[in-house]
Amino acid sequence: MKRNVILLVVTAAFPLLMDLTNQQFYIGFGTRVLIYAMAAASLNLVLGYGGMVSFGHAAFFGAGAYIVGILAVEGLRSAWITWPAAVATAAAAALVIGALSLRTRGVYFIMITLAFAQMMYYVFVSLKAYGGDDGLSMPGRSTLGFGLDLAHDLTWYYVVLALLAAVLYLLHRLVHSRFGRVIEAIRENETRAAAIGYPVYGYKLLCFVISGAIAGLAGALIANQASYVSPGILHWIQSGTLMIMVILGGVGRFWGGPIGAAVLLALEETLSGSDLLGPYALHWQLPVGAILLAIVLFAPQGIAGLAAKKRHA
Amino acid sequence: MLEVRGLAKRFGGVVAVDDVSLQVAAGEIHALIGPNGAGKTTIIAQLAGSLYPDSGEILFLEQDLTRTPLHVRVKAGLARSYQITSIFRRFTVLDNLALAVQARSGSSLSFWRPVAAERALFDEARSIADEIGLHEKEDALAANLAHGEQRALEVGLALATRPKLVLLDEPMAGMGPEESQRVIALIQRIRARVTVLLVEHDMDAVFRLADRISVLVSGRLIATDFPEKIRMNREVRRAYLGDEIAA
Amino acid sequence: MSGILLLEQTLNGLQFGLMLFLLAAGLTLVFGIMDMINLAHGSLYMIGAYLMASLAQATGSFWVALPLALLATALVGAALEMSVLRRLYERDHMTQVLATFAIILIANEAVRLIWGSQPIMLNAPPGLTGPVELPGGMQYASYRLAIIAVGLAVAVLLYILVTKTRVGMLVRAGASNREMAVAMGVDIRRLFTVVFSIGAALCGLAGAMLGPILAVQVGMGENILILAFVVIVIGGIGSIRGAFVGSLLVGLVDTMGRAMLPIAFAKMFSPQVASNLGPSISSILIYVLMAAVLVFRPQGLFPARG
Repeated sequence: MKRNVILLVVTAAFPLLMDLTNQQFYIGFGTRVLIYAMAAASLNLVLGYGGMVSFGHAAFFGAGAYIVGILAVEGLRSAWITWPAAVATAAAAALVIGALSLRTRGVYFIMITLAFAQMMYYVFVSLKAYGGDDGLSMPGRSTLGFGLDLAHDLTWYYVVLALLAAVLYLLHRLVHSRFGRVIEAIRENETRAAAIGYPVYGYKLLCFVISGAIAGLAGALIANQASYVSPGILHWIQSGTLMIMVILGGVGRFWGGPIGAAVLLALEETLSGSDLLGPYALHWQLPVGAILLAIVLFAPQGIAGLAAKKRHA
Repeated sequence: MLEVRGLAKRFGGVVAVDDVSLQVAAGEIHALIGPNGAGKTTIIAQLAGSLYPDSGEILFLEQDLTRTPLHVRVKAGLARSYQITSIFRRFTVLDNLALAVQARSGSSLSFWRPVAAERALFDEARSIADEIGLHEKEDALAANLAHGEQRALEVGLALATRPKLVLLDEPMAGMGPEESQRVIALIQRIRARVTVLLVEHDMDAVFRLADRISVLVSGRLIATDFPEKIRMNREVRRAYLGDEIAA
Repeated sequence: MSGILLLEQTLNGLQFGLMLFLLAAGLTLVFGIMDMINLAHGSLYMIGAYLMASLAQATGSFWVALPLALLATALVGAALEMSVLRRLYERDHMTQVLATFAIILIANEAVRLIWGSQPIMLNAPPGLTGPVELPGGMQYASYRLAIIAVGLAVAVLLYILVTKTRVGMLVRAGASNREMAVAMGVDIRRLFTVVFSIGAALCGLAGAMLGPILAVQVGMGENILILAFVVIVIGGIGSIRGAFVGSLLVGLVDTMGRAMLPIAFAKMFSPQVASNLGPSISSILIYVLMAAVLVFRPQGLFPARG
């Protein structure tokens, strides 16, 4: 509990510090980290806790973003309408994709989630009216009312932080609830879970939908971040990136998503932005790939796992 | 309580179960014996719902369960333990049992309240752990238990669902004599409230526990009778018991 | 719709499907025998195309470069298998997905470092640049016909290899039951490396042959990889026959869908609707097909495993 309070204080103080030291750019960076933390946490629910290797999570992340973008372009900018719409759409997509995909398992499941996500990509990208290949530019961020101007980066940061905190709190209660137990049991031994009386398919589907819904919210936020929706957000490379975040941070561990998001984005920022790689800065994905490979092969528990080991040692 | 009629199952060209019919009466301990590969586990799988038969019927308490899914049968009161241990390895013994208790006590579509706060759940899990002799290993990870202890947990999980009929598939597999005695004692204790269909190779246990024995050879039921009669049965001796029974 | 257009699109679909088969065949064997999901398969396709382009330029001849490119890609595949992929066979699928995804990142950047970010040129051989007249008076690109010929030849060769040779028998045994194959004393490690290298060579062939038609650029592997996945889901894991049928199905549906659907829509709906709906529906056609197969036969059309 104390750790969480410190974390909250630090993340709350961060943008003020950046503002003071005239590093406003990092406020935007911080907001991106918070949004991806939410997206990664949503994937961790289905991947780490549920054991479902869904390689199409970008579909829900992107669907949420596009819904907000499309509604904004059509004149609807109130967050009170567009954000729930994004969540509902992502949840509906998760329901349909999940219902079909969860009838399979193993390698099939992975490929099918991948294929469906790619299908979503083509659906949205082919909408010429909404940007197509070039992406969708929004007239501005959503409106929240209460005198809060989300165009102001500092305000925006705190709104995102509040939402992330709320989502993480709800997730925390979820994974420790009866539902959370069942999901983990299904991950551990699906057959036995059924053999003691749990309708496994239904639980997996529900978990999948909840995870998709949260990703949809994160998508709504990322669209607002730059007031622009890039089609790349639906691409399976994005799904892979989210997976990298989860495993980097520690799959199945509560803080895995947020930690992974922070580390990966920081890595990306330092490698591509700084002089670390010199003239090879454009090729920052290569060392990231190499690091990921090393982690997967040698430290599969991720960063949260290493930290846990240290505490027990 | 359980009535099986004309059960049949083939895998490709192999007939695993051939027109098997048997009844299990309420309150009895009914043993199913036979040589390896006779089809015993296939029958258990079909009774439990892991497999659906090609033909035949399974009636449990007058209900036709032939093609109902696993989890529905459990709710109806029919539970199973596995021949190859299938437990929740990364959960503690207590959590394993609590999971089974949770399945039958209220809805698990509960997203807010922490499970750890539900004392009733864990109290009951504790009493089951006690009953199966794992009282001292409650907080041990299932993966870290000794083989015999894991088999006990295996049976415990089935019992925790408070079944009316429990299918025990070789509960004593791989156990030494002392551990086997404990399982025999456990089955004798639970018979008061659970009907048992027991698949076992340990003839000592079978003849001590069973009220009736059915003998399965190459997918066919060749005899169903009281233990003494089975012992005398020429066909059974020829096909299976032979020199295995001393007296 | 004219008959010529129909024939042309059918041939295009056939051509695409056969190249897709080259990728899908290797992929399905790796899934079926090693139970490993390999996202880097598309990278081998890309490497094959790039190696072909460089070798064609170095040797000045398409036909001399082709076998060299195949060999080189097979070697890259073997090296990859022996160094990294071998460690993944025993791991869970998520680990395999992430590791091979990492390999894609590394491969893409490595290619960028060596060949630059711009797409590079790969030309069809001089003898095959013009059209050929088909019976019925229709003109069709001779190079595309060559692709169809090569694709069919390879399919026949693979069929002979898998059904008539010893290696093929081992492969089929492994695909349907790995434990059994091991128990029978098959040298699994070497078999895996051989299977993987053959798969890599097939990828290289597809990359080399498609290079003159599609652009040789970084990321070309990812797009075709997903199609290969769809093929395997439809055809069934571990089954070459399934991969063949699936590839042709996907190739034809995708190609003809993209060509025919906008025309059909233009006849049925207003041009406004047709121009918006046509492209989106034709691009998701194969996914709808995949979803349909999943509903009725979740194991695919010809699953190798019982």
